[in-house]
Amino acid sequence: MAEVDLIAETAERLLADFATPQAADAAENGVFPDALWRAVEEAGFLLALIPEEAGGLGVDPESAAGLLRRSAYHAAPIPLAETMLAARLLAQAGINLPAGPLSLACGDVELTPVPSGWRVQGKATRVAWGAQSAALVVVTAQDGRAHIALVPRDGYAATAGRNLADEPRDDLSIAADIPPASVAASPVDAEGLLWRLAALRAIQMAGAMERALDLSVAYAGERSQFGKPIGRFQAIQQALASAAGQVAAAVSAASLAAEAVVNDGENASLRAAVAKARCGEAAGSVAGIAHQIHGAIGFSHEHPLRLVTRRLWAWRDEHGPEAFWNRRLGEAALAAPGGSLWHLITAA
Amino acid sequence: MTRFDFPAPSRSEAEEALRAEVRSFLATELTNARAIDRAPSWSGFDASFSRKLGARGWIGMTWPRRYGGREASFLERYVVLEELLAAGAPVAAHWIADRQSGPLLLRYGTEAQREAILPRIAAGECFFCIGMSEPDSGSDLAATRTRARPVEGGWRVSGAKLWTTYAHKSHYMILFCRTSDEGERNKGLSQFLVEMTTPGVTVRPVCDISGAHHFNEVHFDDVFLPADTLLGTPGQGWAQVMNELAFERSGPERFLSSFTLMDEFSKVVRAEPTSGGTEAVGRFVAHLVTLRRLSRSVATRLQAGADPTLEAALVKDLGALLEQDTPEIVRRHVAAEPSAEAPDDFAQALAWTIQNAPAFSLRGGTREILRGIIARGLGLR
Ligand SMILES: Cc1cc2nc3c(=O)[nH]c(=O)nc-3n(C[C@H](O)[C@H](O)[C@H](O)COP(=O)(O)OP(=O)(O)OC[C@H]3O[C@@H](n4cnc5c(N)ncnc54)[C@H](O)[C@@H]3O)c2cc1C
Repeated sequence: MAEVDLIAETAERLLADFATPQAADAAENGVFPDALWRAVEEAGFLLALIPEEAGGLGVDPESAAGLLRRSAYHAAPIPLAETMLAARLLAQAGINLPAGPLSLACGDVELTPVPSGWRVQGKATRVAWGAQSAALVVVTAQDGRAHIALVPRDGYAATAGRNLADEPRDDLSIAADIPPASVAASPVDAEGLLWRLAALRAIQMAGAMERALDLSVAYAGERSQFGKPIGRFQAIQQALASAAGQVAAAVSAASLAAEAVVNDGENASLRAAVAKARCGEAAGSVAGIAHQIHGAIGFSHEHPLRLVTRRLWAWRDEHGPEAFWNRRLGEAALAAPGGSLWHLITAA
Repeated sequence: MTRFDFPAPSRSEAEEALRAEVRSFLATELTNARAIDRAPSWSGFDASFSRKLGARGWIGMTWPRRYGGREASFLERYVVLEELLAAGAPVAAHWIADRQSGPLLLRYGTEAQREAILPRIAAGECFFCIGMSEPDSGSDLAATRTRARPVEGGWRVSGAKLWTTYAHKSHYMILFCRTSDEGERNKGLSQFLVEMTTPGVTVRPVCDISGAHHFNEVHFDDVFLPADTLLGTPGQGWAQVMNELAFERSGPERFLSSFTLMDEFSKVVRAEPTSGGTEAVGRFVAHLVTLRRLSRSVATRLQAGADPTLEAALVKDLGALLEQDTPEIVRRHVAAEPSAEAPDDFAQALAWTIQNAPAFSLRGGTREILRGIIARGLGLR
């Protein structure tokens, strides 16, 4: 437990110092927050999902969820989740971890043997921080088996794109010859990468929702109309209580997502699906209530609420929207042995 | 940043072994139960079924052995409860005694009260009803008008309780009433352990919108209650009843009331899959898995002796939303007239659930009251 608190405390301090609204604003205009990144790297957070015996922090699921929720709470404009996962996959595959932010993609990519190692060629779309990353980790099928490859930054060209929250989502065109040590059998296939990325987004959504709720509760206490703080009006209290319920569900689903990523194992993909679907559904409701409570000021560009609500609207549709994951869950439930919905629910 | 305490619940081998045992018991017991019998679950009264559970040691599970319990953990008890509910077992007879009256006696009762009653509850032979609500006192519980006056050797009670579920089939009521007018309005309140056969206690049926009789009005006409029927401390009734509500609100019955319908719906979709139907089943899974996790973590905190009133209110509010959404969602995907008489299970489950759904956000504390509790937890009140 002491370790959990240490990570949470360090993260909170560091994010409060470096993941400022100014840094988030600048990032929307394409400026990478170097100081924030260095601080996160020095704290060792990029190695959070790598087991201790492999030189990482080996954090438990609660701690991993706490870290990612906090980074989203502060709208930290860095590929922390992607790099943490990419680092874990590289470590599992036995490929040396390069320095700097990593992009992670499952692309339409071909690997061909060449005398110096491998030639990687292909495309990957909507890749988080594709242009600003130091290297790309790509999962691809080769002869029917999943492979993972580490491509240095000069091995791909990027066409800049953005998601709804103005986070970089770039299209990459990959062409590089890389050494044998940069390719290995992948610990996950395309499907496995997808649910892990979805799980990480779910955790981030929970953190962003916590911030939207906190901002709203604080504002309800500060803003006065008709001679009293608006939080004294029962209609406002009921709306915030309803948001709080959605946030509690999201945080709980997020820890399920973290269990899926950290512990892996049977049903991990179902847990990730539950988390992405449930957090995605809560996101729309919490963002809507937060804006309602804030009135026009929350709708202005200068107000920090948008940093989390726009992310929520973007993230709920990345790596599969609710409909996608709910359908997956439905298929699993309908295929469950014994034909019982309940058995699946107690197993997840 | 997190205001609520929902620790990650654990999962143990012992629990899973117990789960298998309960499942196999239920598979035999409920083979012939139709959907219309299963749908009510914790509203379904069957005294002989309760006795069977008692014989298995599945009532009062967490209580000390000397009172008929088996000193099981709260999570083990949770396994039994959720399996009973998911299977649609008729558990109403003993439910209230197991959930709140027993724990209340354990905490506030005298040794004589505990010894006399707890083992009978655990055996599935002694049933309780809740005497809180009155005609003019619903959400505003402190407005109770039923009054007990101290007299030689005990108390005399006059007044009326309303909406008392299964008063007509219970052995005891835990009566919440006023014993003094001094001080603030939530002072001067007390609880009594009332035998339903006490002279002057009259039970009259009240039918619900479907014509079903489960709740009642209970009249107290200058009823004499001996001194040893007082439960706990006079004047401390408010604190005691709040403790009781924490148990009343925190269990899996607060999000599984529509489970039979969900299950029947999934069978229909399995037979004739549609994309929308599959997605709706999946959404139920996502919601149930999340709610169950929240609810199990409340059980973990009860085990640790914490007071999860706020968290229980959150889970109950979220649970009722899902329970009430369920009939509205399934009927978009399956065309079937809700009917208790229909031969098919889906139509039967739909009939029960549609008509009972309004109660899900009323009984045990209304949505508005729960959200008031949550708002207080957020520091707004
Ligand atoms: C099926 C069923 C079984 C029941 N079984 C029992 C039982 O066994 N024993 C027992 O004692 N009681 C029982 N009850 C009663 C139940 O506890 C009450 O219905 C509940 O407490 C609400 O009280 P009320 O119905 O008088 O509604 P009211 O309190 O009159 O409320 C009416 C409406 O006003 C709203 N409201 C009230 N106060 C506020 C406020 N401050 N702010 C905002 N909105 C407010 C309520 O939320 C509700 O929407 C049962 C009820 C049902 C439906």
